[in-house]
Amino acid sequence: MLYALCFLLFTIGLYCAVTKKNMVKIVIGIMVMEYAVNLFLIMLGYRMGGVAPIIGRSDLESGLGGFVSKSVDPLPQALVLTAIVISLGSLALMISICVRTYEKYGTFDITQIRRLKG
Amino acid sequence: MAVFYILLLFMIIAAIIAVETDNLLSSVICVGAIGFGGSLIFLFLRAPDIAITQIVVEVLGLIILIRATISRDRTFITGDREFFGMVVSVVIIFVIFLAGMKVFETLPAFGTPIFATVGDSASQAYITEGMQKTGAANLVASVILDFRAYDTLGEAAVLFTSIIGATVILRKKAKKLPEEPDQ
Amino acid sequence: MKGMTIIVKTISSWVKVLIFLFGIYIILFGHLTPGGGFAGGVILASSYVLLMLAFGREFAEKTLSVPFASKLDCVGALLFAAVALCGLLYGAAGFFWNFIHQKYLMGTDYEFNLVSAGTIPLSNIAIGLKVGASLFLVILTLSMCCKDFKPGSTENEKE
Repeated sequence: MLYALCFLLFTIGLYCAVTKKNMVKIVIGIMVMEYAVNLFLIMLGYRMGGVAPIIGRSDLESGLGGFVSKSVDPLPQALVLTAIVISLGSLALMISICVRTYEKYGTFDITQIRRLKG
Repeated sequence: MAVFYILLLFMIIAAIIAVETDNLLSSVICVGAIGFGGSLIFLFLRAPDIAITQIVVEVLGLIILIRATISRDRTFITGDREFFGMVVSVVIIFVIFLAGMKVFETLPAFGTPIFATVGDSASQAYITEGMQKTGAANLVASVILDFRAYDTLGEAAVLFTSIIGATVILRKKAKKLPEEPDQ
Repeated sequence: MKGMTIIVKTISSWVKVLIFLFGIYIILFGHLTPGGGFAGGVILASSYVLLMLAFGREFAEKTLSVPFASKLDCVGALLFAAVALCGLLYGAAGFFWNFIHQKYLMGTDYEFNLVSAGTIPLSNIAIGLKVGASLFLVILTLSMCCKDFKPGSTENEKE
């Protein structure tokens, strides 16, 4: 059921990116899709009653058996960590395109931009 | 478990408001609310690295978005695209949603990660041998900087390229002299 | 972009130093506590963005100009590649190999110190420098880009 709600968030972002006319709204839709995908990947690696994947001194002294049977998956967390920072870089690129287009055409509306010859 | 549902419902309501409202400032603020709820969910999902990164990236993303939207005159664009196109898009997205629901039944239930069910997976090797082979107490850092360092190199390259692209687009001076003709 | 009132300027000149110090702490302890190079680099960038928002864009540009920020960005990326290439001194399969830990120090009981885990703190510092410099560069360039559009004139204003 939680996976379904996460996918609902993704489809809300997809709807926004596909049907809106304002350029900034399209960028906002892409951001919502990125949040939903990162959340889904982390939810795949969760263990009920688990601990964070950081070893403490007491875990090391008592042998790693208890820690191994209770920790959550560190691999999706590693992948999502880089994905979050890349989404910031791509947001900067998209917003710079929007700002330049506004400077040239005077509007954020993408249907108007198709008609003007510039 | 109830806290996950509450936070996800908060994020979905904020997303619906961000998509539907006309005022761009409200949309940007609701995107900030989505990111903040996401950071809280990451904290409850036992991922503190990701929660720290998400919240600081959220703050910088809000600054970038507000810079693009607030100082402009036109913030209200009314109306959607033509009606037939929108109905087709909504129907297709609904079909995608139903197809996704069928796929999620094949995944293991929430709370049992995949590496606990499969015999020898990569995550099992990272957890049992990570500290001994790399000497780092933070297993996520040992994964991104020792076991999977190529992915970090790729990420550095992608970030570098996108920042260079943004800098080139936002350049003020043209590189050509004004009296040279276009080729 | 203009600055803000004098109350904001006074407080932010104290807070900026604390944010910078916190960013360095998150980077350096990345192999022991949550955090790492990426989060710490973004915190470093946001300390300079606070300076830019409070004091105006010209002041921030004098502190860390665009050519210097892009040079720091390149230095960070080259440092990361150099740490990776140093592993090649130990054989063909040594690219990105944690040679400090695996060859010299494995087996000795030195975990949980600040100086531990081989090449991981060096990589964290390089990544933090790179991410911080490039994100500050893009926000600075975005704020000095375009004048606001005046309706009625459609020519492109390039100097």
